[in-house]
Amino acid sequence: MMGRSRSGSDRRQPISRRTRAALVYALLACALAALFAASVCVGSAATSPADVIATLAQGPGAGDLGQIIWQIRLPRAIMTVLLGGALSLAGFLLQTFFANPIADPFVLGVSSGARLAVALVMIAVLGANQALSPAASVGAALAGSLATMCVVLAMARRVRSQGMLIVAGVMVGYVCQAATNFLVAFADDQSIVNLHNWSQGSFSGTAWPEVAAAAVTVAAVSAAVFALSKPLGAYQLGENYARSVGVNVMALRMLIIVASTLLAACVAAFAGPISFVGIAAPHLAKLAVGSSRPIVVTPACLLTGAVFCCGCDLVARTLFAPVELSVSAVTAVFGAPVVIALMLKKRGLR
Amino acid sequence: MTPPARSAHAPQPAPALALHGLAVGHGKRALASNIDLEVLPGELVALIGPNGSGKTTILRTAVGQLKPLAGRVELLGRDLAGTPGAERARVLAALFTGRPHTELLTCQDVVEAGRYPFTGRLGALGRGDRAVVRSVMEAAGIWHLRDRDFAHMSDGQRQRALIARALCQEPRVLLLDEPTSYLDIGAQLEMLQLLRDQAQSRGIAVLASLHDLTLALRAADRVACVANGTLAAEGAPDEILTPRSVSALYGVDATSFSPLFGTVEMHRPEGAPRVFVIAGEHSSAPTYRTLARHGIPFAAGVLPERDADAELARSLASALITERPFEPVRNETTARARATLLSCAAVICAKERLGAENACGSDLLVTARKAGTPVYVSAEDYLKDAPAGTHDT
Repeated sequence: MMGRSRSGSDRRQPISRRTRAALVYALLACALAALFAASVCVGSAATSPADVIATLAQGPGAGDLGQIIWQIRLPRAIMTVLLGGALSLAGFLLQTFFANPIADPFVLGVSSGARLAVALVMIAVLGANQALSPAASVGAALAGSLATMCVVLAMARRVRSQGMLIVAGVMVGYVCQAATNFLVAFADDQSIVNLHNWSQGSFSGTAWPEVAAAAVTVAAVSAAVFALSKPLGAYQLGENYARSVGVNVMALRMLIIVASTLLAACVAAFAGPISFVGIAAPHLAKLAVGSSRPIVVTPACLLTGAVFCCGCDLVARTLFAPVELSVSAVTAVFGAPVVIALMLKKRGLR
Repeated sequence: MTPPARSAHAPQPAPALALHGLAVGHGKRALASNIDLEVLPGELVALIGPNGSGKTTILRTAVGQLKPLAGRVELLGRDLAGTPGAERARVLAALFTGRPHTELLTCQDVVEAGRYPFTGRLGALGRGDRAVVRSVMEAAGIWHLRDRDFAHMSDGQRQRALIARALCQEPRVLLLDEPTSYLDIGAQLEMLQLLRDQAQSRGIAVLASLHDLTLALRAADRVACVANGTLAAEGAPDEILTPRSVSALYGVDATSFSPLFGTVEMHRPEGAPRVFVIAGEHSSAPTYRTLARHGIPFAAGVLPERDADAELARSLASALITERPFEPVRNETTARARATLLSCAAVICAKERLGAENACGSDLLVTARKAGTPVYVSAEDYLKDAPAGTHDT
């Protein structure tokens, strides 16, 4: 892919770059469609693609297969796509915000903050024998994410060094984890099981109302981020520069934080903390389109994250079926090499 | 947008940028105050002054990044404080010293960012925008580098790209903080030439802080000198950059700055001259500089006044014997030189290159021989003979 675009890039750069981006989008969309189809078709109940198409055509609620497809696999597959895109976009926004290649909701402790808040609600407020409603868990995750983000921002204001910021984020993450463990020590068994299931990161057990909520959030935030492409591009060249060309930097920073926290909270609430997607996917997207201009990267980011998560969920579900792995375990296997490669490349340049 | 004419028959155009009684600083304490400065369209004004005098702070205030502690900044006759950011960006461009860390952005991407104030909602460039980008990049000599990754370009190329980005904004006023830092001598001159050309052809008012006096002296129409918390002096480079003012500004020896070269030399070695350098056919400048570097006080002669070597010796030599230009060396001058030479422990003279008509030089050489003073052909020769300890007493 790279070689092809380079050969034509000498004379007609803008056109060739546009073609390259279009090509990347098309390829990613194809991959996503294929993985999505596979997610719906593959599972413990053996189904042939023809059966699936027939079931889908019949509409929801017809027989066992209809139940499996319409109530289990389809919502889960859609959720995976939505949240994968959300994670990736949140990572891209935070990387742009902090001008740091390895910033993402997980690294900055936002996911741990969300987990702590959910644990607090689950154990301390509700107590035993009461299940946590989806709305409550979303609310708790959002509150936890926002609170953690505020703490990280307050520290980022003090520490100018990028390395220190990551350290601060990791520390916040540890503190949240410690607090969660503390809570767990005093919790009853059922709460522990609930929390453990949630905090492993999984797309299983997704229901349609949750899918609808996630879809609305992710679509709205993505549209907003796309509309911010122009000021984001100026911001990438430095805060002072952005200000000098007339960007309202304070407002832009607020919008970036709100958007990325919303996306991260959405993921944390519906799937639990999922690592590495937020770092790996945006970088893969940038490398694929060969640019870091937000207007090109934003769609690519959403697609890459969706493909990445969809693929990882498929692997998590099928590799040791019927045992289901946690998504984070799979994303880490595929994501960690990307992060390591990035760090090595970064060091090589210095 | 057009600057209001101050009076209908004013021979001078209205200033594009004007600082009125400006006080600048971070926080409450003023770093520099009572600054009055006007920059006309097409003019390049250099802001000079020692480190920490507030040059950058003045520029940051003029661009609106810092609020003035007192006074005001006028942009095309309009108060900067009352100008919205987007409107300001259409007339004012600035370039500070930090380099952006980019990832996967081409040189052209970076330059195109300068069109920000003119593009639409999503920042797509139109045909006109592309034409501006191209013409500016060609003027800056980086059009051939347009597809290069900005992060992989040399400092000089990057600086050109950033200047091009600022010019791309089609500003009426351009503020630059140390535009020549990171650049080698050749690139510095080219950069200033580019700025001068652009300022003149596009009528841009340029205010640039320069720490290099050599460049300020050569490139600026006017020099404004920031020192002791205010604008200490302002005027044509030759008026401002005198040995006395440079000495006061930077705390260097009054004789170390040469207005002729516009450069500052190393400290003159202290003490009575230990070596006499006899002037010959070739320039003795390398000899003078070598001796000065090693801290050896020396005497130089006999040189015509206002000769380049004599100018340098004025900064570096402990004793200098000169003769009026285009006159034969008078006897009393030779006598003075002879007396100085006899007080020295050694003589440096490139014998073969003394020059056929250099009667005075030969005379001095003979004097040295008679007195038994050792004669060396070069400074290196002398230094080899004199072990490190002996010439430092």
